[in-house]
Amino acid sequence: MFNSGFNNGSGLSLGIDIGSTTAKVVLRRGDDILLERYERHFSQVREKTAEILQLVKSVAGTAYMDTAISGSAGLGLAEAAGIPFVQEVFATGEVIKSKEPDASCVIELGGEDAKIIFFDGGIDERMNGSCAGGTGAFIDQMATLLNITVDELDRLSMDAGRLYPIASRCGVFAKTDIQPLLNQGARKEDVAASIYQAVVNQTIAGLAQGRKIEGKVLFLGGPLYYCKGLRRRFKETLKLDEENAIFPEYGRFAVAMGASIYAEKENRAYTADDLIARVVKAKNVTSSAGRLEPLFSSDEDYERFRKRHAKAGVPSGDISSYKGGAYLGIDCGSTTTKLVLLSENNDILYSFYASNQGNPVEIVREQLEKIYSLCQNRIKIKGSAVTGYGEELIKHAFSVDYGLVETIAHYTAAKYFQPNVDFILDIGGQDIKCFKIKNGAIDSIMLNEACSSGCGSFLETFAKAMGYQISEFAEKGLHAKAPVNLGSRCTVFMNSSVKQSQKDGATVEDISAGLSISVVKNAIYKVIRASSAEELGENIVVQGGTFYNDAVLRAFEREIGHDVIRPAIAGLMGAYGAALYSKRAAKSSVITAEALKGFTHTAKSAVCNGCTNHCRLTVNMFGDGKRFISGNQCEKGLGQGTREDELPNLYEFKRNYLTGLKSQKGGRGKLGLPLALGMYELLPLWHGIFTSLGFEVVVSPMSTRHTYEKGQFSIPSDTACYPAKIMHGHIAELIGEGVDAIFYPCLTFNMDEKDSDNHYNCPVVAYYSELLKGNVEELKSVKFLYPYLNINSKAQLTKELYGYLSDYYPDIKRQEVKKAVDFGMSQYNAYMSAVQSKGEEALNYARRNGRRIMILAGRPYHIDAEIGHGIDKLANSLGFVVVSEDSIFKLSKPQTVKVLNQWTYHARLYRAAKYASEHNDTQLVQLVSFGCGVDAITTDEVRSILEHSGKYYTQIKIDEITNLGAVKIRLRSLLGALEEGEAGEGTA
Amino acid sequence: MKEQRKYIPFTKEMKKEYKILVPNMLPRHFKLIIEVLKSYGYDLELLETEGQEIIETGLKYVHNDTCYPAILVIGQFITALKSGKYDPKKTALILFQTGGGCRASNYIFLLRKALERAGYSYVPVISFNLGGLEKHPGFKLTVPILHRIFYAIMYGDMLLTLVNECKPYELNQGQSERLADELTVMLAEKMQSEGISFKKVKENCRILLDEFSKIPLKKTPKVKVGVVGEIYVKYSPLGNNNLEKFLVDEGAEVVVPGLLDFFMYCVVSQISDYKLYGIGRIKYPVMKFVFNFLLKQQKEIIALMRDNSNFTPPTPITHTMELIRGYIGFGTKMGEGWLLPAEMLELNDSGVHNIVCTQPFGCLPNHICGKGMMKPLKDKNPDMNIVAIDYDAGATKVNQENRIKLMLANAREKLDEEQGTAPQKQAPEKIFEKI
Repeated sequence: MFNSGFNNGSGLSLGIDIGSTTAKVVLRRGDDILLERYERHFSQVREKTAEILQLVKSVAGTAYMDTAISGSAGLGLAEAAGIPFVQEVFATGEVIKSKEPDASCVIELGGEDAKIIFFDGGIDERMNGSCAGGTGAFIDQMATLLNITVDELDRLSMDAGRLYPIASRCGVFAKTDIQPLLNQGARKEDVAASIYQAVVNQTIAGLAQGRKIEGKVLFLGGPLYYCKGLRRRFKETLKLDEENAIFPEYGRFAVAMGASIYAEKENRAYTADDLIARVVKAKNVTSSAGRLEPLFSSDEDYERFRKRHAKAGVPSGDISSYKGGAYLGIDCGSTTTKLVLLSENNDILYSFYASNQGNPVEIVREQLEKIYSLCQNRIKIKGSAVTGYGEELIKHAFSVDYGLVETIAHYTAAKYFQPNVDFILDIGGQDIKCFKIKNGAIDSIMLNEACSSGCGSFLETFAKAMGYQISEFAEKGLHAKAPVNLGSRCTVFMNSSVKQSQKDGATVEDISAGLSISVVKNAIYKVIRASSAEELGENIVVQGGTFYNDAVLRAFEREIGHDVIRPAIAGLMGAYGAALYSKRAAKSSVITAEALKGFTHTAKSAVCNGCTNHCRLTVNMFGDGKRFISGNQCEKGLGQGTREDELPNLYEFKRNYLTGLKSQKGGRGKLGLPLALGMYELLPLWHGIFTSLGFEVVVSPMSTRHTYEKGQFSIPSDTACYPAKIMHGHIAELIGEGVDAIFYPCLTFNMDEKDSDNHYNCPVVAYYSELLKGNVEELKSVKFLYPYLNINSKAQLTKELYGYLSDYYPDIKRQEVKKAVDFGMSQYNAYMSAVQSKGEEALNYARRNGRRIMILAGRPYHIDAEIGHGIDKLANSLGFVVVSEDSIFKLSKPQTVKVLNQWTYHARLYRAAKYASEHNDTQLVQLVSFGCGVDAITTDEVRSILEHSGKYYTQIKIDEITNLGAVKIRLRSLLGALEEGEAGEGTA
Repeated sequence: MKEQRKYIPFTKEMKKEYKILVPNMLPRHFKLIIEVLKSYGYDLELLETEGQEIIETGLKYVHNDTCYPAILVIGQFITALKSGKYDPKKTALILFQTGGGCRASNYIFLLRKALERAGYSYVPVISFNLGGLEKHPGFKLTVPILHRIFYAIMYGDMLLTLVNECKPYELNQGQSERLADELTVMLAEKMQSEGISFKKVKENCRILLDEFSKIPLKKTPKVKVGVVGEIYVKYSPLGNNNLEKFLVDEGAEVVVPGLLDFFMYCVVSQISDYKLYGIGRIKYPVMKFVFNFLLKQQKEIIALMRDNSNFTPPTPITHTMELIRGYIGFGTKMGEGWLLPAEMLELNDSGVHNIVCTQPFGCLPNHICGKGMMKPLKDKNPDMNIVAIDYDAGATKVNQENRIKLMLANAREKLDEEQGTAPQKQAPEKIFEKI
């Protein structure tokens, strides 16, 4: 029992802070610090706490200490052990209130949490939401990705020359940005600093939520104590000088210190022995909830499983004796590099599989050197092909004969292996790819979205975090007694699920098995979206490095209730397929053994000035004077391919039309229209109305990354879609232009196109003004006009607009407004018919010239250069004529769908899909913004319309991510599948 | 024009032999509403199941990016159909459908799609709505039924308040819940036997107040915490990880605004459509009549509570509407719309400064009405202590509870200050001098 109400007079107080990754303890007597400890606990929360308490005992002996526990992982322990608990942000607040009374803000980063406390004008404490991943853990993860320690990362960051934009939403997104940078040869120094900048941006966007961080700012927590580079990024971004940016020595211990203050108030004292006993006893508190069946019921069961899979072997040849031609396949993946050398008989002569350690060029060079030395003069490389993320870089560096998209490489391999394959699932380090095969051709392709891409590399990172090698970790999972049920969401959620299960006493075995099951569920339910095994077909091939993990393989078979084939070379299938593909070569151009000796590679950064995008480029230079430029969104920077300019592109047309609207000086002052959300399509309407009313209309320019950054301070909901978040930047830009008024109306209803159950806007488009008014301080300096309007009736619109505007502009006459509405409507109609006739023109062009047509179906705001990431241009560069959904939907009939068809923009999607399904030469690619809840409903419907008539469904989920790598894979896969299909038809 | 979407109607024949399953959102309210419908010859059953299987099933049959309530409700239905407890060939499902720009209007269609995938495409789904969105010959909401349902909601709201106000202080643990259960049975019987009479309703409310006033309580100062948010996760223990229980266990008194406000909000939406956009001119006078009718009875119940008990009566919706003026427009009518921030202000106004704002992860209307309103609310009411919690199949209790605990820690500190029982500050400044 605790010693309630009185202290024994020792005056000792103990604060224990157990965070997600580290345990901190402070023991003090009044102002004397007797003990401080900061250690990683590797998720062994109870063991580590008991260990630290032994240390405490060596100082305190048998004295009673006022004690309190804090921290996210401390919560469960405190409860189970019956020791007082204090919430960690609250604890920090306690410390700062007394220590730094003039602080206006505290930023504290922990292992997985980020917190801000504002002190000015009433204390306001905030923690990151459950979506915005960790910070310390994020930095760890990124260091692992770069294959360096956190210390090295920090040192490197200090020598950065430039910053790359890296998505800051969560670790998975950031990884998707970083990987291509590494693969394209960006300097590690720059990447390191960019990682820190992402943390800073995340803190600002995710936590400040509309409050400016200024005045005296304190930085606390482990990462900010250890990472000097991170400090620098914070200081520069927040524009703080030395006096206002405080990094106190006790930064790491602030929470533990706060807990010890709280302990004194609570006045519950324990001896060290008592605490240890309680903590050890707490270990037995387990919860039976959320556990799953073990993967194997017995050792025999496992043995049978092992034997069955041992059959799927591949013949190998002896490289030291083989004579003749050979074919080289390289798969330069996101985290690993794979090489295969095949004989004329397709025997494997040589293979290689290893982490690319952030430098794939060097790895491939080493391997080629090795292969040449093994080949001597007996073996001649007659063909070579490369696939994967690093395809272009490697192809240029080593003059590889072919580059092919991964999906085609994998299919080539799987088909060779199992000619009747119906379904292929590939889980790699970073991607999940799956494709259905019908009639010997790829029928549909599904790739994971950026948010669920925590696949193989996630397991690996987790294994490392818990102190294991991945193979060891996987092995443990096989023998789990009760695997933890971790759900099937993104990795950040899994992180906290794991935390929770540790609290509940799960073993490493159970967690390992649970993670494997999660990966599998993620693949089946999020990517494949299958509800039964029958949907997958009879002959299923699984591959990718992640399937070397028997626990994952077993979990997959169990989940679908069907045996599958895992080739013994599961991890090499991409390279194997590439090698098979290269057999079509007559003679290889691949770098010779001599040339390889003189091979060098350097990389430097530059900015492309080909267009207003100003893409950041990485220029790779090779010893023979060859260059390879990457990082650009189009082909311009490469000094090649202007072909895209010749092909019709409705996105480009709409952009030019809208940005070309002319304004004139007017007597009523400058009125700003933010070009975001619902403003894209309705711009001609409002522009016309206000021009007619005598305003000088100022339209904010198309977005750039910079637009987003300008407004990120005032975003209250970090899980809203990017098109909404970027609105804040548009408001900031308009205010910067010196406008007197800003207009963005509330429109519950959009235009009624009479083809659906209703014609709503989505809630975000409809009411974003209400949010802006409450959160954007700067709006107070202008007239912010956001009337609720009905745009489906001119009379009603006139009435409402007149009523609203006359409050602000008393001289406005009803007749004027009526005239303006007439003019605006005519402008709107002119725009819509221009888009439609241009759409038909584009279709005709394509058909005259035998071009493929792509309906890039999204929403009007997807034409924005930043939101759409130039995907339209990419599609052009792949040879597609690009039309938009709004330009062609009228060419097909209104659709009856299985869901409530109640949003104007979305009704167009269904009709556009119908059009694509009726025309052989037309493909539909759906653009979906991350966080668009409405699209959870539309995507399934669009897919079913297309697949019903045997068309491919391709979905591209877009967010702040700036790399087009994944998009390219999708579009090239689509193209590859189309070509294969046509080739098949030709021979049939 | 588009052709009519096909669905299986609930026929008059079905009414005779089908069991209708009801999802669990507000257990006590729904039990009473079920009693009303039973008296009209329907056989209904409230699903009170819980557990991981419901979530797993939901994730399997519903697009995983769909909001959490859809995943839970659909998961609960399909789990029930698969359980063997019901004959799927003789079972119908019922779902509330408000209609509106939120994707929640689509739950019923997502449910039908899920049923198809799960092999239950023949199971009829009844849309419970006031707007005549679908026709089901065997299920008609007549004015008398709606009238009785309205009274069931009034009873439900009152029970909700009475239990919440007694439970944290009761001397005999579990007494308030037990009493509420007994009274629910009593009300069910009375609703069967008594006609539609507001006089009877008031008499019954008196009984509730009297009975609850008899519960022996020990009033100690406790933190009061209001719960608002998206309607499903706000009320459903399945949706919010038993939030109410957690708060009570943490020593708080929970205050949850009633369901009647939401219904009146729906009526106001119809009125605002006419006022703002000139839409629904014919409906407008009807809606105004309904609104005034509801308001009058709400006010009578308020007076009844005030005059006959020490329990806190609800705030008239007109006052709540007055409070929110200037923060957000009444045209914001998707999801919980303007009502959400209005309820927060109403709580604050009645002395409940600590608020948990619940929403499904990625809830579209709540970007605006929940998270988007926090800053303006706090700017003008610095006492408000609000925490927004996202609910989701992947979100963990540990994360949610940690954030709620932060809110509670601040609330307790405030409470201590107000009570003057704050422990003497121990001048912690000194400890830092040597660090």
